[in-house]
Amino acid sequence: INHIVHNGGLYKRPFNEAFEETPMLVAVLTYVGYGVLTLFGYLRDFMRQWKIEKCQNATEREEQKDFVPLYQDFENFYNRNLYMRIRDSWNRPICSVPGAKVDMMERVSHDYNWTFTYTGRVIKDIINMGSYNYLGFAQKTGACQEAAAKVLSQYGAGVCSTRQEMGNLDKHEELEKLVARFLGVESAMAYGMGFATNSMNIPALVGKGCLILSDELNHASLVLGARLSGATIRIFKHNNMQSLEKLLKDAIVHGQPRTRRPWKKILILVEGIYSMEGSIVRLPEVIALKKKYKSYLYLDEAHSIGALGPSGRGVVDYFGLNPEDVDVMMGTFTKSFGAAGGYIGGKKELIDYLRTYSHSAAYATSMSPPVVEQIITSVKCIMGEDGTTVGRARVQQLAENTRYFRRRLKEMGFIIYGNEDSPVVPLMLYMPAKIGAFGREMLKRNIGVVVVGFPATPIIESRARFCLSAAHTKEMLDTALKEINEVGDLLQLKYSRRRLVPLLDRPFDETTYEETED
Amino acid sequence: QEKEELIEEWQPEPLVPSVPKDHPALNYNIVSGPPTHIITVNGKECINFASFNFLGLLNNEKVKSAAQASLKKYGVGTCGPRGFYGTFDVHLELEERLAKFMRTEEAIIYSYGFATIASAIPAYSKRGDIVFVDEAACFAIQKGLQASRSNIKLFKHNDMADLERLLKEQETEDQKNPRKARVTRRFIVVEGLYMNTGDICPLPELIKLKYKYKVRIFLEESLSFGVLGEHGRGITEHFGINIDDIDLISANMENSLASIGGFCCGRSFIIDHQRLSGQGYCFSASLPPLLAAAAIEALNIMEDNPDIFQTLRTKCERIHKALQGISGLKVVGESFSPALHLQLEESCGSREDDVKLLKRVVDYCMNSGIALTQARYLEKEEKCLPPPSIRVVITVEQTEQELDKAASLLKEAAQSVLN
Repeated sequence: INHIVHNGGLYKRPFNEAFEETPMLVAVLTYVGYGVLTLFGYLRDFMRQWKIEKCQNATEREEQKDFVPLYQDFENFYNRNLYMRIRDSWNRPICSVPGAKVDMMERVSHDYNWTFTYTGRVIKDIINMGSYNYLGFAQKTGACQEAAAKVLSQYGAGVCSTRQEMGNLDKHEELEKLVARFLGVESAMAYGMGFATNSMNIPALVGKGCLILSDELNHASLVLGARLSGATIRIFKHNNMQSLEKLLKDAIVHGQPRTRRPWKKILILVEGIYSMEGSIVRLPEVIALKKKYKSYLYLDEAHSIGALGPSGRGVVDYFGLNPEDVDVMMGTFTKSFGAAGGYIGGKKELIDYLRTYSHSAAYATSMSPPVVEQIITSVKCIMGEDGTTVGRARVQQLAENTRYFRRRLKEMGFIIYGNEDSPVVPLMLYMPAKIGAFGREMLKRNIGVVVVGFPATPIIESRARFCLSAAHTKEMLDTALKEINEVGDLLQLKYSRRRLVPLLDRPFDETTYEETED
Repeated sequence: QEKEELIEEWQPEPLVPSVPKDHPALNYNIVSGPPTHIITVNGKECINFASFNFLGLLNNEKVKSAAQASLKKYGVGTCGPRGFYGTFDVHLELEERLAKFMRTEEAIIYSYGFATIASAIPAYSKRGDIVFVDEAACFAIQKGLQASRSNIKLFKHNDMADLERLLKEQETEDQKNPRKARVTRRFIVVEGLYMNTGDICPLPELIKLKYKYKVRIFLEESLSFGVLGEHGRGITEHFGINIDDIDLISANMENSLASIGGFCCGRSFIIDHQRLSGQGYCFSASLPPLLAAAAIEALNIMEDNPDIFQTLRTKCERIHKALQGISGLKVVGESFSPALHLQLEESCGSREDDVKLLKRVVDYCMNSGIALTQARYLEKEEKCLPPPSIRVVITVEQTEQELDKAASLLKEAAQSVLN
């Protein structure tokens, strides 16, 4: 397609996305680091096997010792020897609202993270850069909480039945109409869990004889849904439109792999914002491709709904496109709306079909009423229908926070991945030791961050991920930036050489897809 | 150029086929107000015989006030998965309480009942492993098995002889290839009280088979948790079996505990693995704290009033007896199971007609003040589709008059519709 141009053409605004190359020295040192850890891992396993060192794993029952072992030794090698060393960076228990500042329960380990004990003290007012609280709706006071409290006292907490049987409350119908209006689609349907929305509805839409084209870095729920559907899956390189177009052309021209029969349907699975990379999908180009090759688009807006766009309506709003061009708009209520659950929006036929044939509608309990009320109130707030401008102000605050934070981090010299406008900010760490060190140092300075390593990311590209929120004030961001600067100097994290490589200039190679058959 | 033509010519199927307007599953019942003992369905007030609110905790004031307190402290959502600041002290407390109640070492909580067993099975059973599962297993188990890519062997419902036959066959296979057999894990997946048939599973025989053939047992207790056993601990208490003999017990909190979500409990050796490899645990947001607080309070009530279980069982037996002898409908399920099915004694010929006939029975009852529902299935997706039926659910809140009224109304309905 010749009309892919950065500015003008399909894009109404500049699309600035960059993934700086890993410096060679850093890559080598990272591999060396992992090599040393693996050697030590083997040594420790050897010592544990020969009882020189105490084995602190839980073990199988005496009566079942001659059963086939439940876990293979190698499966848990990474778990025992690498993950266990820095385990205290994850699963940190908190005891307050997950807002801009959070209280954490202090825990210590006397045996190198094998067990934790709670000292009973609470670390107060940690700046929370880890929770997905994009618009700041995680609050314990305010209109949303009051409405939810009222509904809780009226309806109770549970529902005890499925949507198709006796679990369809009037609240659910109200929610679905509101979500449809918010997104600008004909109709919508809501489910109790975002993960389950993907894994239970993709199999209802496609089956054997269909083709799924899925982005390299799609979330586990999309991958699981694609696998359960039984369709053929082909993967295109992350956000790479040439790769996607080549796959589409090949698919239509060659048909199904062995029989050469034409495909029944082609479904493209993409996400709005990719949470590990911070990149935004190239939606105008995807829609142009979709229309040219007559395929269907499934857009997972888990992180982008509420967080992008001048009125908070997600990535479609951000690019100024027509929501009816996206066949299936899916999203979750966990991130920007401070509740739980997922939704799918689209044409009325699609939603009617899902009401009848979705696994979740027939077998899973419907959403809890106070959670539904929280979503209704927060959506109304974002749309401005509650009579205030709070929603609009939050959306703008988030956009400002994002730009400011990213600019300052880049100026300091860190390698930051992703699009300039995405509120998910990955900061590259690379070396395994720095993962644990960064998490712990930031906690000492009262800032809570999320660090991710293998297997959520490629093995040498471990990172710290900041999630910005409209609830963060400029002072909080400045404090955080100061501390990040200090820790960055302490741990030598400022790798950036300012050689920003814009994404489209990456060489396009022939290895564009791998076929996986179930 | 050829390619351009091919691209022009290709026409995909529509994304979804159209659904006829009168499809039975399309038009949902609309419940206005809380789905408690007296329920307002489609504008009519009825007595609720369709929600799985076995212990009547949906409307309990203590549960609601515990949830309110939690709402004031934490807000509604958790804004993150368990690994990234989504673990609250309420979650840890609930896991401890569940483990203590069930007398196991550890418990793990999921935020969605369906996802509990559907994530637990693929965490242990991988490609190449063998799973023996009952034919009448519920859909969540089927999806978990599909996600695990293991070899599935179905045995006839509650038929231990059939299961033993399959196990013996597997044993002879193993002797041909001992190296492979040493790394192939084997599991049996059963439910305590089956959702699709209301029967109980013969656990003592299963335990014997377990040790004889070295197979691990996964038990799904969604309907039997909070129903069977002297203190409501489920089928292991009912039969007096040592809970360590069962490798994994999974249940959802959406029936007796009147909350949302699910849990798995068992030994730490087994449960801890799910914290890194349970997909529905690692990649999904955690349970909203108000629902966890509601579950803790419900557990408190269960522990403080152990006599509600016997009350529930007496009511079940009463209605089971009263529903016998309705012309045209037969009762399917154990006498102490609180979720029964009423199936047609003779089918009309096609499933569609059966469904329509049962709908008329249900409508008759709804018009006269008893809310019932048909059991819903996805007809094309189930492995062994159960016949169409009306679901009757008994709760502790229903009085004896109401039970008798329901039974006589069903008799009337069957008379007028089926004759």
